[in-house]
Amino acid sequence: MTLSRRHLLGTAAFAGLAGQVQAQDAPVTGGTLTAVMYPEPPYLLSAVDPTLQMAVVTTKMTEGLLWYDLDMKAHPLLAERWEVAEDGLSYTFHLRQGVKWHDGHDFTSADVAYSLSVWKARHARGRQSFQKVSAVETPDAHTVTIRLSAPSPQLATVWSSYESPVIPKHVFDGTDLLTNKAATAPVGTGPFRFKEWVRGDHMILERNPDYWDAGKPYLDRIVFRFIADAGSRTAALESGEAQIGCLTPVPLSDMARLTAGKELVATTEGYDYMAPVLLMQINTRKAPLSDRLVRQAIAYAINRDALTKTVWFGFGKPATSPIASVVKAWYTTDGVPAYPYDPKKAEALLDEAGLKRGADGKRFKMQTDAFPGGAEFTRTAEFIKQQLGRVGIEVEIRTSDLPSYVRRVYGEYEFETSSMYNGAFPDPSAGIQRMYWSKAAQKGVPFVNPTGYSDPAVDHDFEDAQTQNDPKKRWDDYASMQRRVMTDLSVVPLMEMRFVTVANRRVRNHTISADGLIGSNFSTAWLANG
Amino acid sequence: MAERRFPRLRYAGRRLLKSVPILLAIAVCNFVLLKLAPGDAADVLAGEAGSATPEYLAALKSQFGLDQPDWMQLLHYVWRLLRLDLGFSFRNNESVLSMILSRMPATLLLMVGALGLAFIAGAALGVLASRRVNTWVDNVISVVALLFYATPIFLIGLGLIVVFAVKLGVLPTGGLTSVGAGYTGLRAAGDVAVHLLMPLVTLALFFLALYARLMRASMLEVFNQDYVTTARAKGLPERLITMKHVVRNAMLPMVTMLGLQVGTLLGGSVLVETVFAWPGIGRLAFEAVMSRDLNLLLGILLVCSVIVIAANIMVDLAYAWLDPRIELA
Repeated sequence: MTLSRRHLLGTAAFAGLAGQVQAQDAPVTGGTLTAVMYPEPPYLLSAVDPTLQMAVVTTKMTEGLLWYDLDMKAHPLLAERWEVAEDGLSYTFHLRQGVKWHDGHDFTSADVAYSLSVWKARHARGRQSFQKVSAVETPDAHTVTIRLSAPSPQLATVWSSYESPVIPKHVFDGTDLLTNKAATAPVGTGPFRFKEWVRGDHMILERNPDYWDAGKPYLDRIVFRFIADAGSRTAALESGEAQIGCLTPVPLSDMARLTAGKELVATTEGYDYMAPVLLMQINTRKAPLSDRLVRQAIAYAINRDALTKTVWFGFGKPATSPIASVVKAWYTTDGVPAYPYDPKKAEALLDEAGLKRGADGKRFKMQTDAFPGGAEFTRTAEFIKQQLGRVGIEVEIRTSDLPSYVRRVYGEYEFETSSMYNGAFPDPSAGIQRMYWSKAAQKGVPFVNPTGYSDPAVDHDFEDAQTQNDPKKRWDDYASMQRRVMTDLSVVPLMEMRFVTVANRRVRNHTISADGLIGSNFSTAWLANG
Repeated sequence: MAERRFPRLRYAGRRLLKSVPILLAIAVCNFVLLKLAPGDAADVLAGEAGSATPEYLAALKSQFGLDQPDWMQLLHYVWRLLRLDLGFSFRNNESVLSMILSRMPATLLLMVGALGLAFIAGAALGVLASRRVNTWVDNVISVVALLFYATPIFLIGLGLIVVFAVKLGVLPTGGLTSVGAGYTGLRAAGDVAVHLLMPLVTLALFFLALYARLMRASMLEVFNQDYVTTARAKGLPERLITMKHVVRNAMLPMVTMLGLQVGTLLGGSVLVETVFAWPGIGRLAFEAVMSRDLNLLLGILLVCSVIVIAANIMVDLAYAWLDPRIELA
């Protein structure tokens, strides 16, 4: 089973057609949408914390300046129009008028300026995205001009409700952000208002009758239920108690059975913004993995196609670059070394590296740490163990929980190989750079270059691209970067992951943006009758 | 005078006093054990975010007090405990005490209910089995009990969900209440009862099996005692002998078990609460482990040890009530 992009699954292949017809039906107003979710977010302030599950909740209440459709094209949200200066040194946003916060205050340019100061100082990615912002001007209540010390083309894709949600200045200014009451009971401009949160059980958002887009939203309420056990989440969806779940809410092994009936539909759309890629990080400090030939041999020895089909039940696509192919603006195969499955070539490379098979048929022994992200990651490690075993590399699998994993791999660099996943995001400056840039590496910081990889040419590609205003030159930078890192292979890309949203077919318009349920405000989502 | 009139009260008071140093020792052990686990709350928060900068991580660590040496953190913790302050969960932005108090009722309801059901039904089945020893009734009870004892709790739970919630659709899959239904009074109580049914039965089945086996063995032992033979010789009806003479004496090991089981039950509730999305303390503890929320976890463990200690004091008091020969000292 291979699944093409823009393709719904199971019975959904037909529902895709049906969905388009139904989308033309008049939306029904009213109803409660119940979503299953896990883990429960610790608080609700996406302006500082980019955790995906948190954003699924907050983006219904707090909005960004723009939203990005399934083809990554930007559309107005809180900003009606915007301009980027020719020299790339300023952005001007013209804000929507007559927008009110949930507490009745007016939404103004001061809120945007304040939010930007928060994103820049506190957001885990914002510190990097907004580092070139030198000044923010608010000539009037509905205009914001952002001045940059150098062009920062990655800003083109950061204005979504997920990445940069606008928060109210009058609520947060001068207070400690995380202990502010609004960090657990958000005040936003969005189509839904915060109603209640019973920790460990559920959260309720209710319709904002004063939403700026009159007549919307269609839903009366959204209920999020926090269910820790995957089997119980499956049961909640199957019994109809819940109608939707995102970020692969049920085990992939259950997906075919669940979507075989008439009720539930699965889709892999709405995750291009995150563009997750499953990859194997290799600690280049450790012999013999320090030898590039050995890393290339590993790449040849793993059958990515079989990995996708067996371990991930077809929910993925073999990867050829750390940038997922859905990031169309920067992904390339042009001149990028490919590593088709070829165990013979892998053996030849290992021989060349001086690692002959011993009397027991083994060449060397290495460890791999399975990312604690669910059964599929453990099985990925088992698959790799089996594949590498065939070319004489003995693999020992280590498993741990997330804190131990983060400490071991990123805190102490005490690992040899590790399969995990990385969000490539629309812009490589935001998503990929931290994985390779030698100047980013710092012991103890999670998900930042743990491999010890350092290459001045790659560093230069990234640094130039970060402030390169000429799109053609920027493309050349990233193409050259992809060629180099795919030659050196401090990271072996394995598979472009496809997260899955499972929804009852009564739920309409749930996935309309590149960030799907994570970023959409659900103002146009509705529940069909019966 | 007071001593003669309230011996039990005095005894309970003395036991409570003795439990203070025990609790402190438990607290210190907990702290040391938890500190041995690799990774801390800041690692988790930064890890879940998917990306972080060094400044962000340093800010988190200093906010959580994780930049201080371990022994300083321990001293702070003990000092806080002595002032009866359980601390603050930075991850959840809430005081540990209020989090525990909000989750405790759900767990107590589940625990007391399951233990009560297991104890009563287990005792009844045990009595029945012992009266019909080595007949088909006894055999069926033994086999069924063994089956429940051997089946993992989560498997029973998921099985019940599939049958009663997914296939038959008569019971909810999980949770404590129907979210947003806004029931009040009796309706609300009934709603909780419907949600409680499956988790309660799931948790009770395992312990029920244990009690049935224990009661049977205990009954059979007492039946062989001389005073039972005497009672029979007196011509007392068998029913009266069983109820008046045997059951009461056979209860002692059951009560001992009850006290020991409170701790185990708290552990078992983690699984049941996870499967049934029951918003109790067990799941809170599990999530606290996964997120290395040290303050919260220490708080939960301490409260649980208080419950276990209290349950054991009550069990000791129950001994004296069941068997007047036992003296409280």
